[in-house]
Amino acid sequence: MLETRDIQVQEPAARAAAAADDLQDMQGEKMVLNMGPSHPATHGVLRIVLELDGEIITKAAPDIGYLHRGDEKIAENMTYTQFIPYTDRLDYLAPLANNVAYALAVEKLMGIDKQLPPRCQFIRVICCELARISSHLLGIGAFALDIGAITVFLHTFTEREKIYNLCESLTGARFTTSYTRIGGLSRDLPPGWVEQCRQFLDEVVVNFDETETFFTRNKIFMDRTQGVGVVSREDAIDYGLTGPNLRGSNVDFDLRKAHPYLIYDQLEFEVPYGTAGDCYDRYLIRIEEMRQSVRILRQCLDKLPGGPVNVPDLKVILPPKERVLTRMEELIHHFINVTQGVNAPVGEVYFSAENPKGELGFYINSKGGGTPYRMKIRSPSFVNLSILSHLLPGHMVSDITAILGSFDFVMGECDR
Amino acid sequence: MTPGELATQLKSKFGEILSEAVEFRGEFTVKLADAERIADICSIAKKEFGFDYLVDITSIDNYGEDPRWTLVYHLYGYGHRGHLRIKTDVSEEKSELPTVTTVWRTANWHEREIYDMMGIRFRGHPDLRRILMWEGYPYFPLRKDFPLAGKSSDLPEVAFTQTTPMAGGPFVTIAGGKDTIAREPRVRIPETDALATTNRVERRADIKEAHGKGFGPGPIEPKK
Repeated sequence: MLETRDIQVQEPAARAAAAADDLQDMQGEKMVLNMGPSHPATHGVLRIVLELDGEIITKAAPDIGYLHRGDEKIAENMTYTQFIPYTDRLDYLAPLANNVAYALAVEKLMGIDKQLPPRCQFIRVICCELARISSHLLGIGAFALDIGAITVFLHTFTEREKIYNLCESLTGARFTTSYTRIGGLSRDLPPGWVEQCRQFLDEVVVNFDETETFFTRNKIFMDRTQGVGVVSREDAIDYGLTGPNLRGSNVDFDLRKAHPYLIYDQLEFEVPYGTAGDCYDRYLIRIEEMRQSVRILRQCLDKLPGGPVNVPDLKVILPPKERVLTRMEELIHHFINVTQGVNAPVGEVYFSAENPKGELGFYINSKGGGTPYRMKIRSPSFVNLSILSHLLPGHMVSDITAILGSFDFVMGECDR
Repeated sequence: MTPGELATQLKSKFGEILSEAVEFRGEFTVKLADAERIADICSIAKKEFGFDYLVDITSIDNYGEDPRWTLVYHLYGYGHRGHLRIKTDVSEEKSELPTVTTVWRTANWHEREIYDMMGIRFRGHPDLRRILMWEGYPYFPLRKDFPLAGKSSDLPEVAFTQTTPMAGGPFVTIAGGKDTIAREPRVRIPETDALATTNRVERRADIKEAHGKGFGPGPIEPKK
């Protein structure tokens, strides 16, 4: 038996009218999409509430604070030295650079930043630049991963592993280094470290070339990043962007050049900056910065002077352990240093360093003694992310991953 | 122009309400007497003195003093590469001052953070909501009278409605309570429940037992 069914066929004119009605409905209705806090492209726990018109973002509201640990409150309740391990956990992709920036801020307050021994300054610069390479390698790898190129991530991660090995032999920890001390370093370079580092530098430049082969002239990559996420020079300054994100927008500014700290004024390096302000420029700047970091590292390793790594003031730095156990005076210094901390003067300082993510600043308000009265951490990721609500509208949903990847933020530092 | 000269010129423009620039460690600080004028000062500083980059805004809680709040603005100019700090006081009763988001848009998140952490309001801010803590959180955690251990909040549907899991936080030793060793589970000695041994002497005995002979000073012999 055949079954017959009636199929309702509308007149062509009626069909067109119905389609137009549907379209009207869709245009009038906006969709709210929640992205994060657990989303692979948000690099941690950033949440963005998006309002979409089809695939176009009409409004974006970043929601941060999921990783808030109250670091500033904690800092008010402990000595300056005790806070060093907390700085590891700000930008946890470049802990060595955070250690250096924090130590320099406290030393500026104490007025001993100019008295650091040359060897200490060289080693600190080496730390900063290793951290920069490590952070940018991950930044580029994750950027690539977000927009669909998995190979690059694996490729850059291989080199990061070598940096972790160097960190481990230098500081005893791969990730949370806590390497600096107020007035110096926790220890000197281990034997053979300079050679290991040189070997690493020779290997990593090959990796940069290969990464660029994958990426820099890749048609898909260029299509997805060029002209996307354009930040004008005015917006970049107005929103307080720093680091590679600022330099991508045609601002030739680097704290290492503008206000040289440590021995950066004795080193030869260039500061790359872009002209377009798009995701592609920010990528190119990171690649070039890593090459410049290698250049800085080679100079530092060549010129590395001998001598002590700590300031000779036992009121600041811990005395050597064998002397603590045998001499009265050193024992007293040790005891006071550990229980009361360094004796900082009354005053306030702001010190900022050019970290991989941008300007990491510490504002310390001291009422004297070993504990800050108020310490504000000016973190680059926090400020860099504040532009998102201005930047994202008008882009497609798929551009978010490219934009977030190119901004290279880290939530540990953003939320503090 | 050096930052010191810039500060002097800014003072000569505004006269009495700005203090003389104070230098400490190469940084210049001016104090603004009237917090209501902060947006004007910042606007002039940006337009006429080239401070086009607002580095940071911070607040300080001078608990027990009057006025209670100090707001700290860090300004920088990419043109002249000079840094200037402007400070101004706000009383606790008022806890309000004009926003500078009209001058620099980066101030938006900085001011939200200060509102969130210390409860100082910024008049004219386009979107003054909490930023790091969740919406509806009842306290301002960076105030000096807020304890480091935290306070429990009775709000429904938030992460912690009772005392935080560590009951006082990992950093605080409450007088008369368990000390750090007893609270830290990783150093718990096997086969003994360290949490039950609140008495220091008892716990010391446990440690001694676990380490065997030769640990610490021997038993104290009563004097004969």
